[in-house]
Amino acid sequence: MTTSAATPTPAPAQTPLDDLPASTGPSKQSKRPDQGGPGTYIALGLGLILMVIPFLWMAISSIKPEAEIRSIPPTWWPQSVTLDNFRELFTRLDFTTYFLNSVLVATAVTVGNMLFCSMLGYALAKLEFRGKKLLFALVLGTLMIPGVVTFVPLFVLTVNLGLANTLTGMALPFLAGPFGVFLMRQFILSLPDELIQAARVDGAGELRIFFSVVMPLCWPALATLGILTFLTSWNNFLWPLVVATNEDKYTLPVALALYAVGQNATQYGLLLAGSVVVVIPVIAVFLFLQRHIMQGISMTGIK
Amino acid sequence: MATTTTTPTRAGAAQAPARGADPMRRQQTIAAWLLALPFLALFLVFTAGPVLASLGMSFTDIKRTDIRTPFAVGFIGIDNYTQLLADPLFRKVMVNTGLYVVLGVPLTMAMALAIAVMLNRVTRLRALFRVGYYLPVVTSIVAVSVVWKFLLRPEGGLVNSALGAVGLPQPEWLDNPHLALPSLVVMAAWRNLGTLMIIFLAGLQTIPDEVKEAAQVDGATGWQVFRRITLPMLKPTLLFGAVITSIGYLQFFEEAFVMTKGGPLDATRSVTFFTFDQFAFGNYGLAAAASYLLFLAVVVLTFLQFKVFGEKD
Repeated sequence: MTTSAATPTPAPAQTPLDDLPASTGPSKQSKRPDQGGPGTYIALGLGLILMVIPFLWMAISSIKPEAEIRSIPPTWWPQSVTLDNFRELFTRLDFTTYFLNSVLVATAVTVGNMLFCSMLGYALAKLEFRGKKLLFALVLGTLMIPGVVTFVPLFVLTVNLGLANTLTGMALPFLAGPFGVFLMRQFILSLPDELIQAARVDGAGELRIFFSVVMPLCWPALATLGILTFLTSWNNFLWPLVVATNEDKYTLPVALALYAVGQNATQYGLLLAGSVVVVIPVIAVFLFLQRHIMQGISMTGIK
Repeated sequence: MATTTTTPTRAGAAQAPARGADPMRRQQTIAAWLLALPFLALFLVFTAGPVLASLGMSFTDIKRTDIRTPFAVGFIGIDNYTQLLADPLFRKVMVNTGLYVVLGVPLTMAMALAIAVMLNRVTRLRALFRVGYYLPVVTSIVAVSVVWKFLLRPEGGLVNSALGAVGLPQPEWLDNPHLALPSLVVMAAWRNLGTLMIIFLAGLQTIPDEVKEAAQVDGATGWQVFRRITLPMLKPTLLFGAVITSIGYLQFFEEAFVMTKGGPLDATRSVTFFTFDQFAFGNYGLAAAASYLLFLAVVVLTFLQFKVFGEKD
């Protein structure tokens, strides 16, 4: 990894995060000097409970009737179970539409990032060209720009493009982000140059090499990028809130937030069920694919 | 990455034959810019353009009514900025944002570091702990804020019921102007510590056991090893963590939007919240100016952190 040594990110990207004790290296035969005792496990376990309790309480409360959610003192296990809260979300309120909007926007953003970011990531990792350093500096510089700095002119632009209150307008500015470029560059750097050289010797054009030799090898990194991008887009709030001027274009977080501060603010059961709809698919995806996500974080040092 | 594909090679060695072959380099240059084109086009239109436009707008009196004619607006110099700095509400949201950073960054970092250090010392159940502590990071801030709003209810909320059960006072967390901001900070730290935990854990794993063993042979206590060896060796990672966490807390918004609506008495309103409000009122020029002051704070804080923590050794 010759070039990556110049990466301005001090995060220790080279360490694979592995559960196997074998990854602790040659010293593992001797007793580790700082092996944790039962106290460490108890402390970590108590902390873990604090991390998970809000989600458990959310899920359990969402199937309680409104009166029981409001009862003082609160109950932990439901005394009676009901799906009324969810039924109301999808019948009286339009959570089906919000859910579909969220899925459509997140899918478009994910596909865009997987394609465009790996293209630039490859160029930055393996091609020699003028302006390469500048381009990479640009990508890293963009990582620091807060979304709040761009949203006002972005909204003016979106209105004038005729994309206000559209899902296209919601997705378009996010189709290619610096994080994806950085992640794909880091991964592609680790691919052997010999593969690309061999394809060149065989007479393959530069673009063909990328699409038919490099891309197929990128699946592990693309999977990580895809999951992280989807999650980020799914949870994105400020821009969808600005673009969606009409209820039929709300995404889930926008709908949930506006209900929570609006006229539904006191319908606890409804809001908790709404939170379940936003959070549970994400938790399910995360639990299934957490290995990819963790690797993405440790590879780039950022989310 | 995952399993098979990571075979890092000494990339430099294989690069050599390509040098000097001019047509080859030209082809690579053309290909590289073609590959960069979609990203660059999107970047110029939706990031670089707006970043500059935002600066430009901050010197004008652009309002919602000008949205179709954004170039036919009056240039008013730094009036927006002077108006902001004279506005007691803007001063308040600047102080609040400062508090989010000053309270949130150390708290999040300390919690994440403690967990990472403990995680680094266990071999069993490590994957379970890691997933559990990281879980809130992947969830929507809006949804999590809705849940915490109920957990922190003065009466019937889970937190106060637990406090009451052991005889502790049960404050009105979100309705008390002195407690609301700290409450949001604690919730945000709870949600954000997972990212730092992963980064710190990766950093800890680069510290060789031999170094710590040697120190212990020399009679150093566990705390001394942590203070004199682990912390200094972790410094670049801690600095990086401080920078990304600060940038995050500077943009604090969603938690306050959902849990307190910026109240009570604007005690939780942040600069981003203020910017959004001005945008919603139609004061685009003023909103742009406020967002640029925040951008300036991001740049200055990042620079300072590298300056202060990056150079000492």
